[in-house]
Amino acid sequence: MRAIRRLSTVVKIMVRCQISPVGFPGALLGAKALLSATDPKPLPSTIVREDEGQLVSAAKAGDAAAFEELVNRYERKIFRLGMNITQNKEDAEDVMQEAFLKSFKNLDHFQGDSRFYTWLVRIAVNEALMKLRKRRPNQVSIDEPLTNDEDSVFREIEDWGPSPEQRFAQTELNTILNEVIGELDPIFRVVFLLRDVEGVSTEETAQILGISVAAVKSRLLRARLKLRQKLNKYFRRSETQ
Amino acid sequence: MNCKKVILELTSYLDGAIDTSVRIDLEQHLARCTDCRLVVDTTRKTIQIFCNSEPVPLPEDVRNRLHTALLERFRRNSKTI
Repeated sequence: MRAIRRLSTVVKIMVRCQISPVGFPGALLGAKALLSATDPKPLPSTIVREDEGQLVSAAKAGDAAAFEELVNRYERKIFRLGMNITQNKEDAEDVMQEAFLKSFKNLDHFQGDSRFYTWLVRIAVNEALMKLRKRRPNQVSIDEPLTNDEDSVFREIEDWGPSPEQRFAQTELNTILNEVIGELDPIFRVVFLLRDVEGVSTEETAQILGISVAAVKSRLLRARLKLRQKLNKYFRRSETQ
Repeated sequence: MNCKKVILELTSYLDGAIDTSVRIDLEQHLARCTDCRLVVDTTRKTIQIFCNSEPVPLPEDVRNRLHTALLERFRRNSKTI
């Protein structure tokens, strides 16, 4: 019965995200962002399964297999997050290892007042930002740069047509997406990745980054607008006609 | 509603986390403003393209090194069964 309920939840998520059920569980991305504007219901976080609490309790009691199940569940997502933030495979591997080793080491201190996944992501994000700071000490600030993206939106308005991404081969598209996300300031990049790629809620994103909900919303808006602007040169119709 | 307000409400609108009265105002504006319609449409597509992008694969060797490191930590930890 429980398995049926879980399957039903997964199917609902897939329908919301308009994705096919192909690929690993990490493919359940950004469900919130794809909600129709006519469905105003806030979604719960879609990435945590019901039994996470039981696994955490078992792991705390010394059950290594339970912790390994948590690792199996989230390793792809944490690696991908590390890759997307640091844009570097070796750094992403370090981020993933540190996140799991630190979470295991500190499991006794995990109070359960947030989800384990949220806690794990917080550790991973901190590790990833530390990597960036080491690489470019003067370029990773927690303060928002003073620019007014809202005003510049209307400078580049062009129709992309339906499914503009299909004009590119998959590898070419991946290169474009990596390039534009890499050009984003880390403070915007992280918010966009958590909210729109990993499907973490606004409240959890605020908790992970230690910032206010209003700051998450403001950074998300600016990240989306910046990415839209950067993608415009690839996807505008005039580019291919 | 004016164009600037549409941009400020854009994230809430795309996430479906917007008050009904604000949404109706915004959609009425979209019905008559081509520029805002294009901004909303291309921003929505931006999110969708990233959302549907090919997941970064976890290389087998990277995964193996993680599990080896964890196994070592389990062994060292007194809680390990």
